[in-house]
Amino acid sequence: MKKKRSVLEIISSVRFIHILLAIILGFMVGAIFLAVMGVSVGDAYGKLLDSVTTVKGLSYVIVYATPYILTGLSVAFSFKTGVFNIGAEGQFVVGSMAAAVTGILLKDLPKPVLIPLCFIAAMLAGALWGIIVATLKTKWGINEVLAMIMFNWIAFYLSNYIAGLPGIKNTGTAEATQTISENARTLLSKDFINKMGLAPTANWGILVAIAAMILVWFIIEKTTLGYELKTVGSNRFAAEYGGIGVNRSILTALAISGALAGLGGALQVMGMGSRISIFSAQEGFGFGGIVVALIGCSNPFGALAAGLFYGALTYGGSKLNLVGAPTQLISVIVGTVVFFIAISVIFERLGGGLRARRNAAARADKEKREAAKEPPAEAVKPPEGDGAAGPASENEGKEGEAK
Amino acid sequence: MTDVINSLGILLFATLAYGTPLIYAALGSCFSEISGVVNIGIEGMMTAGAFTGTVTAYFTGNPWIGFLCGGLAGMLFGALHALATVRLGADQTIAGTAINMLGPGLVIMIARVLFNSTDTIPLTPEQRMPRLLTGVFDTTTTFGRFMDNVFSTYASTYLVFVAVIIVWFVFYKTRFGLRMRACGEHPAACETLGINVLRTRFLCVCMSGFLAGLGGACVTMAISNQFRPISIVGQGFIAIAAVIFGKFRPHGALIGCLLFGFCSGLKTVLGGSSGIDTQLISMIPYVVTVLVLILFVGKSRVPSASGKPFIKAR
Repeated sequence: MKKKRSVLEIISSVRFIHILLAIILGFMVGAIFLAVMGVSVGDAYGKLLDSVTTVKGLSYVIVYATPYILTGLSVAFSFKTGVFNIGAEGQFVVGSMAAAVTGILLKDLPKPVLIPLCFIAAMLAGALWGIIVATLKTKWGINEVLAMIMFNWIAFYLSNYIAGLPGIKNTGTAEATQTISENARTLLSKDFINKMGLAPTANWGILVAIAAMILVWFIIEKTTLGYELKTVGSNRFAAEYGGIGVNRSILTALAISGALAGLGGALQVMGMGSRISIFSAQEGFGFGGIVVALIGCSNPFGALAAGLFYGALTYGGSKLNLVGAPTQLISVIVGTVVFFIAISVIFERLGGGLRARRNAAARADKEKREAAKEPPAEAVKPPEGDGAAGPASENEGKEGEAK
Repeated sequence: MTDVINSLGILLFATLAYGTPLIYAALGSCFSEISGVVNIGIEGMMTAGAFTGTVTAYFTGNPWIGFLCGGLAGMLFGALHALATVRLGADQTIAGTAINMLGPGLVIMIARVLFNSTDTIPLTPEQRMPRLLTGVFDTTTTFGRFMDNVFSTYASTYLVFVAVIIVWFVFYKTRFGLRMRACGEHPAACETLGINVLRTRFLCVCMSGFLAGLGGACVTMAISNQFRPISIVGQGFIAIAAVIFGKFRPHGALIGCLLFGFCSGLKTVLGGSSGIDTQLISMIPYVVTVLVLILFVGKSRVPSASGKPFIKAR
């Protein structure tokens, strides 16, 4: 059979094209809202583009994107293993607080010792938050989504509580922790930043994010552990039947997922943040991570690209006020993108339908040709044969479409 | 003694006031979940309802029109969620996440056009949700003050208890309720019996948005008197948690919501005086929920078809 694919079919089957289409549609919907509000679309999108295409702008984008890449990886990893890590927010918060406390209390340690210590503290804290939820699920059967929502808030108030403790709290008037030690910061050298004209908070956290991305890819694709986790993710019962410890898998998956989100928290406070404020509402790094994972198709490399995209929109969005466009335009654009990604399954089904219809047509065609080639001896009873072939091929066509 | 009774009165008042929006939203979540559609977009629908309710009340001067419009705004987003998840077979978590971004994004943009600020103009007492039974009790006596605190509460609070009874009745005593529960358990079997799964689910998700919108409107029209971007911060997720806590039953969710309301009330009553750090007090509801789940409630069974799009065979 010839493999000729129509343009529509190619569009329907390539995930990347769906995402690209969704992004274009997102910007189109954003443009409609801008037009309704009476803001020039060119001005707004021009500003968005201008602000992220300079060297300084790009460095800002990377700084903004780094924590989202990590929470995105965390959520993407959890999706692969069949758990929806809505708890990345809490894991991020405890991670950043662990890094900050380490960076404040052990401020005299030299840089090569203190930085890894902060990373380890943050990852342990994040992993612990994941393990608690996993234990609640495996030991007492408590729904993990519910437990994660609870632990996001517990992390939030715990962080606020720690930030207010004597010895941690800022000695000035600010409602925040002290600034963490210079030795715990991941900033690039001042000379380099000035010479290149980068953002003042430019840091090498992105390298850690890339390393984490490669590690996640390696675990998922190249290790027995990744294979087991994926199996549990796609069919829990089959995995159990195959001798994989499902409970242990959930525990491992959430521990790794939590460690990634915690590391994101560390990179945020050691790079851009420098200290942690007492907040009145959740910051939304975990929620942003869900969006990044979705735009990135739950794929580690996708999470990097989507994280940069999200970082660019967040940073560019903060400049929209200058042309009279609201910052919330970004939420509308990203929301629309996610919405179209959600309904892009319709393309796949459409593609499936097209394929099925073509296959059915080819099959019917082949049958007809074979029927024509049949020896004349059987041509004695042609009406019966024709009658049977007709409805049969029609039925096949219908079944194919339904799938 | 007088102090204790006074505090108790305020505590009960706060429990009901904080609990009400959660109960509305939780009833909404029940509707959606029980018909087999995960609705994580409750938060976004509440935000839409909160904003629309306040703005309509502000422009029309009538709190009830505002309240209703808040529900309708939520329903609009509910319909969007239903369109994506029920009609187009989209992943329910992804679509819900989109709603959670679109809802707040859109309303705050509109707020900036209308009021040149992200906050709306505060409502006057006439535009706010009225309080029933005010002045019925003699507030000069301790007992009267207690009764006044507890019963002289917002009309929306009285209404929500009626709503719980209605929803319970619809779920367990009507044919429609049986059908929607069946759609959440085994949609294919429903379809063979001639129940229109897609239509049932569509209606349930719209209803879910409507109730979430009412819940949002309660926050900005009863507890507070204006919409701000931080009006709805996590209540939607708490409502979802309450529903899982209540094992996907409206009366169970009611208890979950009241527990959260009670703990929030405890925070207001203890906040200033007890000497315990307010951040730690704020943590109580979440810790208590986890403990209650471990000790008493245990496993919550999710409707079997929940989260799976139903694709009708043609």
